[in-house]
Amino acid sequence: MTDLVRMEAIDKHFPGVHALKSVGFDLRAGEVHALMGENGAGKSTLMKILSGVYHPDGGRILVEGQEVTLPTPRAAQALGLGIIHQELALMRDLTVAQNIFIGREPRLTFGRLDEAKLNADAAAIFAGMNIAIDLRTVVGGLTIAKQQMVEIAKALSYRSRVLIMDEPTAALNDAEIAELFTIIRRLKAEGVGIVYISHKMDEIKRISDRVTVMRDGAYVGTVQAEETPISKIISMMVGRELQDEAVVIPDLSAAETALEVHGIRRGKELKDIGFSLKKGEILGFAGLMGAGRTELARAIFGAEPIDAGEILVRGKPVRIASPADAVKAGIGYLSEDRKHFGLALGMDVRANIAMASLPRYADAIGRIDEPALERIAEDFIAKLNIRTPGDGQEVRLLSGGNQQKVVIAKWLLRDCDVLIFDEPTRGIDVGAKAEIYRLLNELAAQGKAIIVISSELPEVLRLSHRIAVMCEGRLTGILPGGAAQEDIMALATQRESKAAA
Amino acid sequence: MASTDISAKGKTISARLTPSGGAQQKLLAFASLIVLVIGFSLASPNFFQVSNIMAILQATSVNGVLAVGVTLIIITGGIDLSIGTLMTFCAVMTGVVLTWGGLPLPFGVLAALGTGAACGLVSGSLVARMRIPPFIATLGMMLVLKGMSLIVTGTKPIYFNDTPGFTTIAQGSLIGQIVPAFPVPNGVLVLFIVAGAAAWTLGRTVLGRYTFALGSNEEAVRLSGVNTDFWKIAIYTLSGAICGIAGLLIASRLNSAQPALGLGYELEAIAAVVIGGTSLSGGRGTILGTLIGALIMSVLTNGLRVLSVAPEWQTVVTGVIIIFAVYADQMRRRGKA
Repeated sequence: MTDLVRMEAIDKHFPGVHALKSVGFDLRAGEVHALMGENGAGKSTLMKILSGVYHPDGGRILVEGQEVTLPTPRAAQALGLGIIHQELALMRDLTVAQNIFIGREPRLTFGRLDEAKLNADAAAIFAGMNIAIDLRTVVGGLTIAKQQMVEIAKALSYRSRVLIMDEPTAALNDAEIAELFTIIRRLKAEGVGIVYISHKMDEIKRISDRVTVMRDGAYVGTVQAEETPISKIISMMVGRELQDEAVVIPDLSAAETALEVHGIRRGKELKDIGFSLKKGEILGFAGLMGAGRTELARAIFGAEPIDAGEILVRGKPVRIASPADAVKAGIGYLSEDRKHFGLALGMDVRANIAMASLPRYADAIGRIDEPALERIAEDFIAKLNIRTPGDGQEVRLLSGGNQQKVVIAKWLLRDCDVLIFDEPTRGIDVGAKAEIYRLLNELAAQGKAIIVISSELPEVLRLSHRIAVMCEGRLTGILPGGAAQEDIMALATQRESKAAA
Repeated sequence: MASTDISAKGKTISARLTPSGGAQQKLLAFASLIVLVIGFSLASPNFFQVSNIMAILQATSVNGVLAVGVTLIIITGGIDLSIGTLMTFCAVMTGVVLTWGGLPLPFGVLAALGTGAACGLVSGSLVARMRIPPFIATLGMMLVLKGMSLIVTGTKPIYFNDTPGFTTIAQGSLIGQIVPAFPVPNGVLVLFIVAGAAAWTLGRTVLGRYTFALGSNEEAVRLSGVNTDFWKIAIYTLSGAICGIAGLLIASRLNSAQPALGLGYELEAIAAVVIGGTSLSGGRGTILGTLIGALIMSVLTNGLRVLSVAPEWQTVVTGVIIIFAVYADQMRRRGKA
């Protein structure tokens, strides 16, 4: 049987980076082929080449045995190569059906749109996927999971034989992931080849047939998913063995209270939340999507207004009406969405690290002490092991894990006592994850009070000294570190009516 | 090929001074300027004369100063359409203080700077505090200020005949007194001082860093604990004060405050900024580029006039140049991606 897709000796250079070093990859019809590797390993670059976004500097691509060139994404689509990007590329203000057929709208005479056919065609695709969705809803109003379904439907509408999914589950909850997997299995049965990029090991085991691992822009190997232990795959990815450590809970009985929160409310999102946090403590926040954890963090940080509530830093009440107030009080917030809320992507590493602390490195007339900042930036690059050609590199050119480290460096430089990490390892590979965990533990050991919000339960369990659980805007309970997953899930799904009963 | 090598090397060196690049666009703009100068010099012997070069520089001064001011705002991702009529309003207020109030010259200067800064503060507050899109807020300010100039003056110009030395602000030549062979008008001196100060502010100071950062990702800056509203207002205020300087220059050149003048100057200034490679979407831009952009515009106007091309064609050519400049910038960026 010929391969559906075969990529041979693909080479790609970017300014300053050899992104792909003679990488090979193949995909058979009806298989899910997982592509794994740390961030910056070159997975996305390889797939962008396969979808016509980037052009390879060397190597060749064969589709069903025929050598092809892919000058544009359109050319790739025409060959049946569809990609679903990590950041969904939908037009938020158009409807589901309009999104699917964007650029190929069925027409009537005089350039009028044939909306009826448009909707009928879209309905047929969703019927084939066995998904119920209102075709006339505006995409911006859908959940991320539903938007993903729209992306998949769009790819299928091109009669794609190959579907590339770049971290499709990054923003999905368990139920939604199950739904996605059902669709993937159905597509598989129809002979569609699926390239599946993800960092989540359990998913890879659940859904994929083969796993190809890349590291530092090079091909490492391809293994059968079923018979290969996770630890083997991880060691292929990081080039070394990795052990999972259990959380060590320090004795904090004598520690000073760093942050106290009382009666925080806002509309239906936050309902009378109160907790306290000691210096040196890591408090994990668990909960399902939409439980209000990010909203709580943003409220404490002053990024969103609150209706009522009191915040005390080291026992003293503080008034926080803006992020500037929060930072002044020593609270830092690392957003789940680094690119939109954490970094000035077009600016360099040094400027981003200094972003929250500039006045400290400026004289009376506002002149910036660049040599000092350069030393500081280089110091952080070494200390946090930020992989970058230098502190003058624009952060948009760094991988996700390294971007996250830049954000962390920014807050370390600001020297906040309380640090709120919202999904600190989202979109970050296994090796860098371990580094971030180590960093968080070190910070706690230095006496920082840390809040970690995470949708990955293993992450919460591994890091937290105590675990706060939220559900539908309420704090349903605080458990000791190392609590059983079942107990956490029980609190995370404890609906209001049940709590009242 | 060679040019990309140069820019790649140049970037690491000049990255500090021009945090968001645009070096290549600047290079292209500078090359265009040189080509224009050489072209016109070959076409007419009257072009490359000291007197004509001085005339070109003098003609650049007002537009150049306005363009430098609005560059700051455009780098934040904003726009200011009120700079032309603000310039006039500042000139009018100078007239009010000097001619009607009979106060000495320094008060006139203060009036211009103060009026500019105050109006910039208002624009900045509309944008930052009231969250009115900059285009709309400054469109409103443009009309308000145009009306105010006419109301204050009763639509009649105010002359500065009673203030000795007022015309020397733009027309005299401090440098000419020291180096007679090189009679650079004071207006040009002012332009270079303003540009130098602005470039320094952008490249070296906290205000400058936040200017780029706001244009690059305002929300990330806010979430870094920076009081973004304050800095945005500060940038609009500074830009307003720079408009005040332009107001002084044009009043000095005309020896009068002409209340009907002003409309159209904002677009000329924005054109200079765009030709100079500053991105209208914010985050990138340089003062040097703006300066080159402003020079290209006045060299074109002057050169075409020297060649006796009808003035109506000069505007057509300027329009084409703007479109070409932005197109070249787009091509460069697409090549990089």
